[in-house]
Amino acid sequence: MTLIADNLRCIRQDRVIFKGLGFTLGPGQGIWVKGKNGAGKSSLLRMIAGLLKPSKGTITWKDVDTQEEPESFRQDFRYIAHQDALKPVLSVRENIEFWAQYHGGDKVAGALKLFELEHLQDTPAQILSAGQKKRTNLARLVASPAPLWILDEPLSSLDTHYIDLFTDLLREHLEGGGLALLATHQTIDLQRVTIFDLDNLKGVV
Amino acid sequence: MSAFFRIFSRDVRLAVRQGSALTMTLSFFVIAVTLFPLGVGPELSILARIGPGVLWVGALLACMLTLDRIFQADYEDGSLDQLMVGTLPVELMVLAKILAHWLTAVVPLIIITPVLAITFNMPLDSLGVMALSLLLGSPVLSLIGSVGAALTVGMRRGGVLLSLLVLPLYIPVLIFGVAAVEAAIALLPAGSHLLLLAAFSAGSLVICPIASAAALRLAVE
Repeated sequence: MTLIADNLRCIRQDRVIFKGLGFTLGPGQGIWVKGKNGAGKSSLLRMIAGLLKPSKGTITWKDVDTQEEPESFRQDFRYIAHQDALKPVLSVRENIEFWAQYHGGDKVAGALKLFELEHLQDTPAQILSAGQKKRTNLARLVASPAPLWILDEPLSSLDTHYIDLFTDLLREHLEGGGLALLATHQTIDLQRVTIFDLDNLKGVV
Repeated sequence: MSAFFRIFSRDVRLAVRQGSALTMTLSFFVIAVTLFPLGVGPELSILARIGPGVLWVGALLACMLTLDRIFQADYEDGSLDQLMVGTLPVELMVLAKILAHWLTAVVPLIIITPVLAITFNMPLDSLGVMALSLLLGSPVLSLIGSVGAALTVGMRRGGVLLSLLVLPLYIPVLIFGVAAVEAAIALLPAGSHLLLLAAFSAGSLVICPIASAAALRLAVE
């Protein structure tokens, strides 16, 4: 269960965002993608998730090109993007439940408990604070578990308590053999995470 | 198949809870159609003559109002990205959303149409064919509309472009939908027109989800 990115190149509107990018991510490992605004962090994560086609290069998961068998790859990752993907008129529980069931999971109660959302479970998402929305979004990781987490700014809007809580969750995920690829401007304290700096791209981690 | 049903049921639930969209569509349909008798005058033979066309055009325009609802909200709140990284093929995801749109935005128009048809002095015998023509032809409105909605998702002022893209493609359905009702009013067989409408729907059912999925893949890039 290894994710290999090889010689990736990303071009957006005739501008080369990055090129020659490659890394290997094995079980229990994480990569923290760093870089200035516009360095291509989100583009890289979207590329790995299959939302952005690489101009060049390949992404391999379990020795299979993800573009050749996207459906089987999608079963194995969860993608947390900038936007929370919450429907304002649905309650916290309904939002988490929908995404859990869509991805084939059913651990909604556990997710609500872990992210301390039980008292908000019947609250419509439209009246949640930014931090509560982020926690509801992150709860999907627990509600429908997958080995690979692709996390774009997972800590934004969270206070220190929930940053610690999420860092512990990420640590447990990695210690359990999971993989994580995350981009964040905040500092995280994890031993199993390798820094991948897009501003000083060396090629291969 | 579970994921297909989940998307369908969520979109139906969202449409019911955000009732304003449905109310506005129905209100637009009723007001637009009611304006014609007021403008044309109370001449019953004229109203009966223009009735089928007015009702079909009204339904078509009312449907247009809701097309951006298929993908735009999901695009804006990030749900579209999440839906596209699910295990359900994008084409089926699109189909689930089209089905939910048709059920929540078009079927109510079909239900109310016979009542409005009476105000146009259309013969009672033709009301069944009117509703049946809409039932068979209206899936095309959602299906073709979804392609336009997918092509314009994320665009500023995409509504006008959406209309320009979609309205010309509605013309065949409009022609045969109105022809079916006119045939029924003239006591002629309407079966061939209805079969053609069903064929348009079946053809669109095959082509449009694929086209919409391709457009969405471009949009999220």
